[in-house]
Amino acid sequence: MSRIVVITSGKGGVGKTTTSAAIATGLAQEGHKTAVVDFDVGLRNLDLIMGCERRVVYDFVNVINGDANLRQALIKDKRTENLYILPASQTRDKDALTQEGVQAVLDELSKEFDYIICDSPAGIERGALMAAYFADEAIVVTNPEVSSVRDSDRMLGILSSKTRRAEQGEDPLPAHLLITRYSADRVEKGEMLSVEDVQEILSIGMLGVIPESQAVLNASNAGMPVVLDKESDAGQAYRDAVARFLGEERPHRFITTQKKGIFGRLFRG
Amino acid sequence: MKGIIDYFRSPRQTSAKVAKERLQVIVARERSSRSGPDYLPALHKELLEVIRKYVQVGDDAVQMNLESEGDCEVLEVNITLGDKQ
Repeated sequence: MSRIVVITSGKGGVGKTTTSAAIATGLAQEGHKTAVVDFDVGLRNLDLIMGCERRVVYDFVNVINGDANLRQALIKDKRTENLYILPASQTRDKDALTQEGVQAVLDELSKEFDYIICDSPAGIERGALMAAYFADEAIVVTNPEVSSVRDSDRMLGILSSKTRRAEQGEDPLPAHLLITRYSADRVEKGEMLSVEDVQEILSIGMLGVIPESQAVLNASNAGMPVVLDKESDAGQAYRDAVARFLGEERPHRFITTQKKGIFGRLFRG
Repeated sequence: MKGIIDYFRSPRQTSAKVAKERLQVIVARERSSRSGPDYLPALHKELLEVIRKYVQVGDDAVQMNLESEGDCEVLEVNITLGDKQ
């Protein structure tokens, strides 16, 4: 049974593509055959984050239009077994993603893959709606910052009303919260919303907390999903998130600062 | 030295706390407007117009909150008239 998972947020720049690459890679590493699909038509970037930008020949819209078949468009990842990438088109035609076309591609992917990860574009326009429409499950990526949290709540509203499951009156799709760019230091100083704050406002289950980390930029510079950087804090946090997604219980790491002694507290700042 | 002074000072309103309170208000409002029936915005506008026939109030004078428990729906309307002159 194949599962379609949308990685969404509403707001841009919070780490959807980084998360899509990391989660898809993590699932493939666990032996699940996984396809990661870029829905950001016109602003393709998943290929860069996955490091396969020079191997793109055909794209999602080519497949929808019948210019290429799915097998021609899917890029097999060179680092990770079981992992395939379907790049977005660079067309400026906003209507390129038709509902029928997206459904046909997802149906065909479902025959072959255990997980289909849909990397949503920012916003609540067609691309984002199409990425979410057929999903069985959602991961909502949120920064601990007011506009991101508000947009995530808006997106949760859309997930519960504008998806196929909602329209067919089925149970609402499960949504998991993934907080990125978290700084335990700043939370302790009262400068940043805490994990508990964000969770209390959005009231959905917590999949993971990814700390603000130099490793994320390093990984995107290199075109390598950060989850492959096993030494890094962000890489480990993503591995934990993947394990939780697969049903394992793991304690959250990187959400508290190293406890300082009395001197550390007196002379902080 | 700043650390010592901070340590003994009473807990202040941190910016994260302000952020949380603002978010709770706006998220609750947006949720009730998207889950509520379509006539809520019109009702809100007309209520405001009726009140303004008698009292001058700002745009945020009427707060509406729709809650449902089981098959019972409660529409809570709060009207703030502002400071006594």
